[in-house]
Amino acid sequence: MDLTLKIWRQKGPQEKGQMVEYKVTDISEHMSFLEMMDVLNESLVAKNEEPIAFDHDCREGICGMCSLYINGEAHGPDRGITTCQLHMRMFKNGDTIYIEPWRAKAFPVIKDLVVDRMAFERIQQAGGFISVNTSGNTQDANAIPISKHNADLSMDAAACIGCGACVASCKNSSAMLFVSAKVSQFALLPQGKIEAADRVRNMVAQMDLEGFGNCTNTGACEVECPKSISLENIARMNREYLKASII
Amino acid sequence: MLYLGSLNLKNMSGILSSSIARKVAMALSALFLIIFLLIHLSVNLTSLFSEDAFNEASHFMGTNSLIQYVMQPILIFGVVFHFVMGFILELKNREARNVKYFKNNGAANATWMSRNMIYSGLAILAFLVLHFIDFWIPEINHKYIEVLPENPTRYFVELQHKFSEPWRVGAYVIAFVLLALHLLHGFQSAFQSIGFNNRYTKCVKTLGKIYAIVIPLGFITVALYNYFSQLNH
Repeated sequence: MDLTLKIWRQKGPQEKGQMVEYKVTDISEHMSFLEMMDVLNESLVAKNEEPIAFDHDCREGICGMCSLYINGEAHGPDRGITTCQLHMRMFKNGDTIYIEPWRAKAFPVIKDLVVDRMAFERIQQAGGFISVNTSGNTQDANAIPISKHNADLSMDAAACIGCGACVASCKNSSAMLFVSAKVSQFALLPQGKIEAADRVRNMVAQMDLEGFGNCTNTGACEVECPKSISLENIARMNREYLKASII
Repeated sequence: MLYLGSLNLKNMSGILSSSIARKVAMALSALFLIIFLLIHLSVNLTSLFSEDAFNEASHFMGTNSLIQYVMQPILIFGVVFHFVMGFILELKNREARNVKYFKNNGAANATWMSRNMIYSGLAILAFLVLHFIDFWIPEINHKYIEVLPENPTRYFVELQHKFSEPWRVGAYVIAFVLLALHLLHGFQSAFQSIGFNNRYTKCVKTLGKIYAIVIPLGFITVALYNYFSQLNH
């Protein structure tokens, strides 16, 4: 298929960017969206032009590295997928596709379609862990009984790959789905309960500090999340936060 | 104990500036206003059935000191707080995305209602200005400025007088449609914000939809009934 691409080009963090139009031809419908981008970049390199910078790594939907706001949606028009899992069969011959970076004050553009997602790392460092003594007498985690129900919910929350689609999709650039997933995966398990209050307070404080917006429960994040992280996690984080702050 | 006490004080000062605290405050004021709407409508609905009942209910609401001096100030605070906090959150949220998308397909993942709470809210604010000019200011004037003698049968006449003009009836109807849109997202959103999302959430969502349609429809019925009932005379 032949496509018209309108892609955000920006030389550096301080440079002014703009949408630039490109044409690609003979794109197979079996290609992933990133392979289509590779084809475009190869043609640009052949013409001695600067290839388009975009994030990618595992290309099998588990690393959270690829991003891209495609035709007005994070990771494009499909559901429960990352951009590397988006197939070109979702588009039609002759389509015009808009490709933009994640937009949020807390995710500044580094170059073209690459944004700085270190804000997520700093939130994680603020409390997204449990303190375990690793002196050699470490207890087997399985020695503590955990209900199947909670183990499943925790695993669902832990499926978050930190790609930032929630922030990109949210009309408020809120990071609540990401933070709530990280809070929940620990809060649901006995090992996480010890530091639960400090964790939620510190992670939320860091989230606010980074300049993410406030959640207004539109649910866009849940719909666009490649791992289908549930809004229930945000409600749980709100409960955890209230519990930690008031009681 | 001392450690815990001082820790809590520190948390309390921090909580007021946190995003989640703002969300919860917004939700609590919303839930308060949801209860208020129910009470307001209950009084209004009596006008459909009996002039005396409406007068009696209005006289009670207008003269009971607990309602006048305790509930009314709380209500005004609740309304002002909900609006002011709504604006602050909207401005902060706009700030969080300093560069807009060229193409954004908001309808793909969220309802129109949830994406436009600020606009339905602004419309409700505009309606409240009209509503205050219509009923609240004359009421304050009657009671506290001109200090006219209380007439327990004046309320129904005042109501009918206000709903004799078609433009006002139309404005009220439009405002209530926007209130319905606001509530369609707001009701269940308030529960989510206070952390209520569990096996009962489906019930809350259904209840929210019923509430969001029935309550504004009730207000619309009162406005239309009091307009059309006068045409027959």
